[in-house]
Amino acid sequence: MAKPSLVPRAVFLALALSLSPPLYAASDAEVAEIREQLRQLRESYEARLQALEQRLKDAETKAKEAAAAPAAAAAPLPAAAPVSSSASGIAAFNPAISAVLQGRYANLSQDPEKFTIAGFAPGGEIGPGRRGFSLSESELAISASVDHLFAGNLIVSLTPENTVSVEEAYGVYTAAPYGLVPKFGRFFSGLGYMNEQHQHAWDFIDAPLAYQAFLGGQYANDGLQVKWVAPIDQFLEFGAEVGNGDGFPGSARNKNGVGSGVIYAHTGGDIGASHSWRAGVSYLQTRAQDRDYSQVDLAGNDAQVGFNGKSHVAIADFVWKYAPNGNAQNTNFKLQGEYFWRRESGDFTYDVDGALGLTNTSAYTSRQTGWYLQGVYQFMPYWRVGARYDRLDPGHVDYGTNAAFLESPAFHPERYALMADYTPSEFSRIRLQWGQSKTQAGVTDNQLFLQYILTLGAHGAHKF
Amino acid sequence: MTSFKPWLLAAILGVWAGPALANLNVFATVPEWGALTQELGGDKVNVYIATNALQDPHHVEAKPSLIARARAADLVVATGAELEIGWLPLVTQQAGNPKVQAGKPGYFEAAPLVPMAEKPTRLDRAEGDVHPLGNPHIQTDPRNIARIAGPLAAKLAELDPANAAYYQARYKAFAERWTAAIVRWEREAVPLKGIPVLVQHKGFPYLLDWLGMKEVAALEPKPGIEPTIAHLSEVLETVRRQPVKMVIRAAYQSDRASQWIAERAKINVVVLPFTVGGDDVAKDLFSLFDDTIQRLLKGTQ
Repeated sequence: MAKPSLVPRAVFLALALSLSPPLYAASDAEVAEIREQLRQLRESYEARLQALEQRLKDAETKAKEAAAAPAAAAAPLPAAAPVSSSASGIAAFNPAISAVLQGRYANLSQDPEKFTIAGFAPGGEIGPGRRGFSLSESELAISASVDHLFAGNLIVSLTPENTVSVEEAYGVYTAAPYGLVPKFGRFFSGLGYMNEQHQHAWDFIDAPLAYQAFLGGQYANDGLQVKWVAPIDQFLEFGAEVGNGDGFPGSARNKNGVGSGVIYAHTGGDIGASHSWRAGVSYLQTRAQDRDYSQVDLAGNDAQVGFNGKSHVAIADFVWKYAPNGNAQNTNFKLQGEYFWRRESGDFTYDVDGALGLTNTSAYTSRQTGWYLQGVYQFMPYWRVGARYDRLDPGHVDYGTNAAFLESPAFHPERYALMADYTPSEFSRIRLQWGQSKTQAGVTDNQLFLQYILTLGAHGAHKF
Repeated sequence: MTSFKPWLLAAILGVWAGPALANLNVFATVPEWGALTQELGGDKVNVYIATNALQDPHHVEAKPSLIARARAADLVVATGAELEIGWLPLVTQQAGNPKVQAGKPGYFEAAPLVPMAEKPTRLDRAEGDVHPLGNPHIQTDPRNIARIAGPLAAKLAELDPANAAYYQARYKAFAERWTAAIVRWEREAVPLKGIPVLVQHKGFPYLLDWLGMKEVAALEPKPGIEPTIAHLSEVLETVRRQPVKMVIRAAYQSDRASQWIAERAKINVVVLPFTVGGDDVAKDLFSLFDDTIQRLLKGTQ
């Protein structure tokens, strides 16, 4: 950077040298001529300066007139809205960022390590979580428009075990015709009512038993979703998804093509100013390959069993919300319920000790159901109480020739929960939840949870 | 999905194309913009109003009914300034209607057209429900309505050029009536000048500024945070030192805090309609301000 400064200096020196000699040698005549030239130069510049000054004055007047025009409000104004954001520079394009901090204290009378739901294959994230104080998952969400065609959304979950998982990472194509909304990447499926909600938005600390038993807690897709809302006054929404089928009740299979499919329809509306509702039906079809887990057999061995085959899940869901005059600020009530059916058919392998001691593979079919119903009542600003009941029906399980080793389940798992929460603002919530969980015959887990949820950053959306 | 059904496609397209041939479908987030659009659009617009005067416009959910109406809308008329930030972006995104997304011609915001009051100097949620762009309750000053009417009429004309002259004519007529009404209201409201008042929520800076009234304190300790006994006691102290005539609250707010302070400070509670439909009298924009002025005048007695 030091060198370039030499160049102007050299030029200056050369100019000075080339100009100075004639001045020394100037005669009177030459001096007069130079004076004359200077005078002419000055005059011509003055004329040009005056012209420039005049142009400046004209421009200023025009600008003033333009600024004054909107004040004369008689004629419709140009609709161009002024730029409302004063953000500028590099930070102006920062996406919306928010973080959710969660933690809890749990008092569980049964060992959560031994949690199973009798008669139902385990998978995904199930169970009440660990005892004592612990951090729940912390969530980091980033979203923004990508360009004129796409919007993007990333939600990562930081687990208390110091691992990171991508909960959702999807793009939305915003320029699709006919009201289609295509979404692609990883996303929570739109099936059921609660599935799309993130855990911090739930009304209870844990997922309903039916979600745990049939979807492993929550069903996410790596794939493509298309939603469409009918352009009529009644809300009518259709959705279809294809994915890789890795999520429970399916499992990862090393194959090309589509691994799972989901379709659903939702409808809803208002009844008067005080009531609103939504109801829907959903259907999921996926496949599991070597979905292995351990199960106690008739002889009391901890046998290893595995399922290969098709899984079909159907869900009927509804939610009804009441708020006097639609004003949920002081009091409101929310009732929601979902009913699950699942049918699985394929091969079932029994392995007495997990080391191929005695194995048997047979045809297998199962038809199982489950449901939950919950109500949450806000009785004064900031304070809510809620109750939930969960129940699963082991239904009919046909083990084929494996019936010689395995007993068909007959126990009905169920769970009760009561909660009270305090929400001093849209961004914080503290919850106390008590429950009794009977997921195995003769075993009752008395559960007490204390939970906090703090949201910081970008304003969250008020999802229905 | 196995066989192509032409009748189904025709039915869907028929439903889809139907509204486009008829009037402009306008989705107004709050009653005041619904009423203004109706004044300007007359029988050439179908106005759907997403909320009513008894709802807190900050706290609305993206209900199925709203998504359905936003789906078929040609124009969304919103306040902006983050009043609807919790629900409108979600509604328009879920509706899948690209015409009315923020920034598109079918999306109209009122707040950028008026000078904003109470722009916070400190952006921190510890200060309560703060709005970075200023107080969004701009409809309480009729001069703001006048500022918004012109561009809104121009927007209707832009989206429905065939009826541009109609909107222009209606705007002219409205502007004349409105200007005359403002003169009348200002004359009626002369006794209100300089009157000190309490407000429950900081929802009236534009109204008080227009009428020259003085806000001594707010019952909410921070915007959007429900009044606490501790804060109310402080307000009561303030009022004892600096007497006020009345406490003002909007129709959608709970009456407990204002009643508490009114009994102790021996002042009137004035419930203002806040927007069109806030009480039985405020049926349109004109009667909204007629009623507001009358109620304030009564409060001074």
